[in-house]
Amino acid sequence: MSMEAILEVKHLSKAFGKHQVLRDIDFTVRPGDVTSIIGASGSGKSTLLRCINLLETPSAGEILFHGKDITGRGVNAPAYRTKVGMVFQSFNLFNNMTVLENCMVGQTKVLKKSREEAKANAMKYLKKVGMDPYVHAKPRQISGGQKQRVAIARALAMEPEVLLFDEPTSALDPEMVGEVLSVMRDLADEGMTMLVVTHEMAFARDVSNHVVFMADGVICEEGEPQELFAHPKQDRTREFLSRFMAK
Amino acid sequence: MERFMQLGQDVALLLGAYWKQYLSGLGNTLALAIIATVIGCVIGLACGILNTIPCSPHDPMPKRVLLRLVRILVRIYVEVFRGTPMVLQSVFIYYGLPYFSNNTMRFDNIWSAAILIVSINTGAYMAESVRGGILSIDPGQTEGAKAIGMTHVQTMLHVILPQAFRNILPQIGNNFIINIKDTSVMFIIGFTELFAAHRYITGVNLMYFPSAAIEMIAYLTMTLIASALLRLLEKVLDGSDNYELVQTDSLTMTAGTYNHPAKGSPFDERSKEQRERVEQELKFGRNRGDR
Repeated sequence: MSMEAILEVKHLSKAFGKHQVLRDIDFTVRPGDVTSIIGASGSGKSTLLRCINLLETPSAGEILFHGKDITGRGVNAPAYRTKVGMVFQSFNLFNNMTVLENCMVGQTKVLKKSREEAKANAMKYLKKVGMDPYVHAKPRQISGGQKQRVAIARALAMEPEVLLFDEPTSALDPEMVGEVLSVMRDLADEGMTMLVVTHEMAFARDVSNHVVFMADGVICEEGEPQELFAHPKQDRTREFLSRFMAK
Repeated sequence: MERFMQLGQDVALLLGAYWKQYLSGLGNTLALAIIATVIGCVIGLACGILNTIPCSPHDPMPKRVLLRLVRILVRIYVEVFRGTPMVLQSVFIYYGLPYFSNNTMRFDNIWSAAILIVSINTGAYMAESVRGGILSIDPGQTEGAKAIGMTHVQTMLHVILPQAFRNILPQIGNNFIINIKDTSVMFIIGFTELFAAHRYITGVNLMYFPSAAIEMIAYLTMTLIASALLRLLEKVLDGSDNYELVQTDSLTMTAGTYNHPAKGSPFDERSKEQRERVEQELKFGRNRGDR
């Protein structure tokens, strides 16, 4: 706990018009942390993640990245986003590019690497997620689980400090969930700092070292996964977990 | 039947005497349509990008004011040029420039005037098509591009426009075909395209109908070829439906490998002598001497 925080979220609030989605959110991500954010649909989990990647503009509060507030005016959002990767529920692979090009375009155009370097790097990460045989395929030609693995490789190829996952398995058939989760588990084992919004309770319990339970736009309870899953302190947490574990 | 024979004769007569005029008119029409469509597309793309620059209340005041101003200007441009006839615009611009500059400025080259007028016209239509094309792309594509740190311009150039371009290609084709036909109004400022050739020739010999028949066939031929080429271009842009697997993992045994890969099979590539020996062995068993 002595390590310096990568991300600090302080008193973060977000409202869409009069609808208050996030209220006074506080939490910290340290290097190597695998934080799972769980909670019912509509509790603000995804909005929180999108705020952290500046895809939504927070209404109030601060997000500190290495101690610097990134929500203010005059912040170079694209430069910040290269250090905080994001994997989406709907993959969002670029449909006009092949698998390989998807993993290269950020490196060549944003990081200004040479094509050879970018290709070697892309291949490295595609191999890691087991998608290297499919480099010439277009996104429309591969399955959902494969798309998501390519999306992870694309995010990794930028070599970010933190990786955000927004319900990475929610759009997948049950048989494809496993391949994506196993890639994520490998990443966690290698010490990647990850922030995962998920409905996969087993993943949250077994892989992450910190779990945040959200309800109605506030953090209801957070703590070590074993502690939170075995002995939830709040009634709402207990109710939510019992509903999920019964399945 | 007799009438058709007569028409055929007249057409042959006209073509024999004036084929040069027809042909140069055809060339001019095509050249103008192609150049103006390309420039118009560039104008349309530029307007489409300007119109879709995101603007959040967090941006500094000057940027927001500038963006608002740009959008109003683009809007005025589109509405004015879409909402007035091109034949009138050409007269307005061609004669308006010398009128306002007291004859110090004028179009010395009829080509530059014609290209300018048809281009800005096409641009006005394309601006809306491009805007539609950009809106048709899933917002997730933009988010994916932003998430790897792309700026708005990079997102547009590398992700959104290539996909939007594919979607608006039928629209571009539409505009090209419209341009082939509508450049005919350029005769009003003295541009000698295909229709001007008709006016010139019939002014000499009064053979209106046969000349019009030639023109009809010429225009239809051009537009048919254009639409066929555009279909072909769409097909090329869509790319192949197939892709090749790159099997680099030598640890995987492919189906049908009944031996361990290291040991090889009787069907592996070998030298001729070795292959024959293997075949002999398979037929007759091993030679004694080999043991």
